[in-house]
Order: sequence, then structure tokens, then C-alpha cells
Amino acid sequence: MNAIADMDAPMLAVRNIEVIYNHVILALRGVSMQVSPRSIVALLGANGAGKSTTLKAISTLLASERGEVTKGSIEFRGQRTDRKTPGEMVAMGMVQVMEGRHCFAHLTVEENLLTGAYARRIKGAELKAELERIYAYFPRLKVRRTSLAGYTSGGEQQMTAIGRAMMARPGMLLLDEPSMGLAPQIVAEIFEIVRDLNQKEGVSILLAEQNTNVALKHADYAYVLESGRIMMEGPAAALAENPDVKEFYLGLSTEGRKSFRDVKTYRRRKQWV
Amino acid sequence: MNVQFFIEVLVGGLLSGVMYALVALGFVLIYKASGVFNFAQGAMVFFAVLSFVGFMELGLPFWAALPVTVVLMVATGMLTERFVLRPLVSQSEDTLLMATIGLAFVIEGMAQLVWGVDVRRLDLGIRDEPIGWFMDSTGILVSQLDITAGVVAGLMVAILALIFSRTKVGRGLRAVADDHAAALSVGIPLKHIWGLVWATAGIVALVAGMLWGARSGVQFALIGIALKALPVLIIGGFTSVPGVIVAGLIVGAAEKLTEVYFGPMVGGGIEGWLPYVLAVFFLLIRPEGLFGEKIIRRV
Ligand SMILES: Nc1ncnc2c1ncn2[C@@H]1O[C@H](COP(=O)(O)OP(=O)(O)O)[C@@H](O)[C@H]1O
Ligand SMILES: [Mg+2]
Repeated sequence: MNAIADMDAPMLAVRNIEVIYNHVILALRGVSMQVSPRSIVALLGANGAGKSTTLKAISTLLASERGEVTKGSIEFRGQRTDRKTPGEMVAMGMVQVMEGRHCFAHLTVEENLLTGAYARRIKGAELKAELERIYAYFPRLKVRRTSLAGYTSGGEQQMTAIGRAMMARPGMLLLDEPSMGLAPQIVAEIFEIVRDLNQKEGVSILLAEQNTNVALKHADYAYVLESGRIMMEGPAAALAENPDVKEFYLGLSTEGRKSFRDVKTYRRRKQWV
Repeated sequence: MNVQFFIEVLVGGLLSGVMYALVALGFVLIYKASGVFNFAQGAMVFFAVLSFVGFMELGLPFWAALPVTVVLMVATGMLTERFVLRPLVSQSEDTLLMATIGLAFVIEGMAQLVWGVDVRRLDLGIRDEPIGWFMDSTGILVSQLDITAGVVAGLMVAILALIFSRTKVGRGLRAVADDHAAALSVGIPLKHIWGLVWATAGIVALVAGMLWGARSGVQFALIGIALKALPVLIIGGFTSVPGVIVAGLIVGAAEKLTEVYFGPMVGGGIEGWLPYVLAVFFLLIRPEGLFGEKIIRRV
């Protein structure tokens, strides 16, 4: 593993980035965030807030979707990522697990895992040991190893996608909505494994989620995105107690969900009265 | 009906089918890995075998001309990918198709510019004569060349299948074919894979060209024959290797059998259009082709 020389330095530092798609669609404005080594950071927000865009900007997958970071900078392990390709980012130790899992449907579960180690020059017994390391976290995958990934359940596909990413031995994982479309029980199981990976493998995790409840339960720190801006940030425990978050993201209010933006204007008005 | 004669026609048909399948195989490889419909595959077949014959005419013996041509085709494939397709990478499929249509003309032109327009004979040292002992024991005429062609094609398909299913590169290739974005996200080098696929398509083109050339001479008409790969692709499915092989066999057998048995009634020429009619029929009843990849959808 890459030794972490300076525990205070963030592993990932995003500074004031702006992202534009197709030269016209502004998706992120002035987004800044940090992820320190071995931590779990959640990126919360409703659909369309810009969570995936932020992750793709970080992993540099954005370029293949005609998106571009037009302002600000991103540093991973002290290196600027502007000119890196996704392959180089993987080699540097950052892997993104995309929204919607994106398993290779016509490859078996085990073949999917193996592709995660494609860029590493390992084979034979060493590769086998790596597979076993992943199966130890995801025993279900071992049972399903010879099934085509496309025919496995949503939960198994999510596990395959995470296991595949871990085969690269990353220092940091970007998880995009791992809970999407899964039953609460499976979500809980997956989050337990993710936390396990974080603690035992020391992998930092940046987690985009709409499922605020689960995300705050497992994260150390969280950011709330809305319409491409960070509206709030803080330690996960503090955010979970924040009345606005409770109301608008945890659904603990009687008035139903509203945009966080509306709240601000609503409040402001109230103060005027 | 004369059973021996029927079998002879069937075998002959199946063997031309093998060759259609080989041409179609080149298309499928590229289409699967990069979504590019390579219209130039037929031109590559022509270019490959013309170059091979050309090298032999320059005095190279068979065992030297073969590797030289293989290297040439690998280079042609990789350069095409690097300088024609890659710059167009995020363009629409139509743009890519236009590019390969242009490429087809360039390759045909180049081939003739370099090697001339004469019809050449390709002598592989295998005679296009019936196998004696087989004829004596069964009364069926099967040409040595046809059998060799069938075996060579079968071997090549088997080797490719092994590479795809068992090797790391093959796995990478199937991954890219399945989901580009995911392949990118786990760090599979798309560019290497694409280069490799084009190189493989070049080699497949050479094998197809040599087998065709040995049968019917090396000439421009090869490109027309390669066009029959299109109905084969439609019937077999653009993304299915086993599909195009089976479809190739079906087309080959069907066109020869109908030609021989029904041709005389309509004045012949059935071979020319039957594959296309079959293809239209398939488009109507089974547009994804025989084994066209089922789209696995599950939430
Ligand atoms: N490939 C794209 N091209 C153009 N606009 C996009 C693209 N992807 C996302 N967007 C836009 O960027 C905004 C943020 O989207 P996204 O990052 O996917 O949000 P989230 O992941 O939080 O649901 C949305 O308004 C969306 O329409
Ligand atoms: Mg998203």
C-alpha cells in the first residue's frame, strides 16, 4: 500500500471547480471538498444536484461524456489531475464505481472481478489470492462466481462492481449511489461491507447518495449539494442532527420534502416579517 | 434424387459459407469492440491477398510471404484504428460509417496502385481436385482445397474463441464490447484493445482472402463476394461470432442448393440474390439475428 506520509494532508482536494457539459450546460459551480486518508465522506443531494458530475470530474471520466472542468483544480495524493486519463487515475489508486453498477453483463462474476486487476501486472497465484481477498468481503460473490453478471440480482451486481473496483487495490473509491434500487436489507449489507473495506483495507471512500439516512450513518463527514453548489457541510453526526437536513433530506418533517433552496428564501422572508 | 450429388453440392455450399463467415467475422470483431461498422473489411480482404500474391511474385517463398503479409495487415489495421477511427472517437455512428466507406475506396485504390489490376493466381500448393480415397469409398467428390479451407477456417475460429474466453486480453475485449464506460472506469486501456481488434481483423482478412483467392483467383471481384458478408451479418447478428459462422454456413448451403436444384427452372442467377432475400426475411422476423446478443436487462 502507498504509505500515507502526512496524515493531515487530504488525500483528495477539490478546489472551487466549475463543470460545463457540451460547452453550455453548467452543472457545478464553486464546488470544494476534501477527503482525508481512511475516511468516509458522503456527498448528499437530490436527483440532478450534481453528485455524479462531481465524482466524474474527480475520476476524469467526465471527458468521455463531453464534460469539462472549466475552473478550479483537483488534486489527488498531491498531484493535479487535469491531464490524467481514467486509466492513469486507476493506476494512481482511484477507482469509480459508476451509478447503475455497470457490470459487464456477459462476463461471469469472477471475470468481472478479474477485469478490475487488468491494469496491474499480476497473474497466477497472486491474482488468485486477490480474488480470494475480495471473496472474503463478498462471500455471496464466491457462490455466484460462474454466473453471468447480467443474470445476478441488483445487490450482487453492486457487490460485483465494488469488488471489481477493489481488485485494482485503490487507495480511494468513489461510489455513486450504491443503494439505488436495492432493498433496505441489501443496502445495509453493502454498507457494512463498505465500512469493513474502509477499516481493514484503509481505503478512503467518497460516497454519493440520495439515501441520506444510510449515508450519514456510515460517513465521517458529509457535503450537501444542491443545483451544482455545496449548500452545507459538516461532520456526519452533526448533519444528522441538523434540523434542515432532518426536514429536507431525512424526511423527518410533517410538511414533506422541499428544496433546501426554498427553505432559505422561506426563512429569510420569515425574518423580514 | 442422387444423394451423392446432393452431398457434393451441400459441402461445396458449406465451404463457400465458411468463407462468407470469415469475412463477416472481421466485421463482428470490430463492431463488437468499438461499435464501428467497418465497411472496409471487404477491401481489407482484397488488399491482404493481393499483397500476399504480390510478395510471392517478388520472389518471396510462401513461408516468408505469409509472415510479411501478416505484419503488413497488422500494421494496416492498427494504423487505420490510430489515424482514421480514433480521431473520430466520439462522433456519431453515421460519421464512422462514412469514414470506413471512404477507407474502403482508399484501400482498394492503394492495393491496385501498388500491385496492379491483373487477375492473379494464388497457388497454395493444394490441388483443387477430388480426394481420391474418399471418392473411391463413398462416391462423393470433395476437393482437397475445399477441405483444407474448411479446416483452416475452423482452426482460426477455434483459436480466436480460445483467446477470447481464456486470456486476459480476450476478457478485456469482451468487457469493452459489453460496456465502454465501465471498461474505462476500471482502467482497461481501450486504445490497446481497439488496436488489437483491428490487427486481428487484418489477419482474419488475410486468411479469408487466401482461401477465396486460391479458389477463384485474386481479383477485384473478391470485393463483390465480400459484400455477401452483409446478409450473413444480418442473419447471424452483428455482435455474434457463433451467429455469423452459422449464418455463413446457412447462406452458403442455401444459395448453392437452390442454384443447382432450382436455378435451371428460372434461368439461374439465384446465388446472386438469395442471400439478400434471406436477410430481408430475417430482418422482418428476427431483427437481432440468429444469435444476436440478447440484451440482458435486469434491475
Ligand atoms: N452527460 C451530460 N450532458 C449534459 N448534461 C448533463 C450530463 N450529465 C449530467 N448533466 C446535467 O448535470 C446536472 C447534474 O447531474 P448529475 O451530476 O447526474 O446529478 P446527480 O448525480 O446528483 O443526480 C443535471 O442537471 C444533469 O442534467
Ligand atoms: Mg447521479
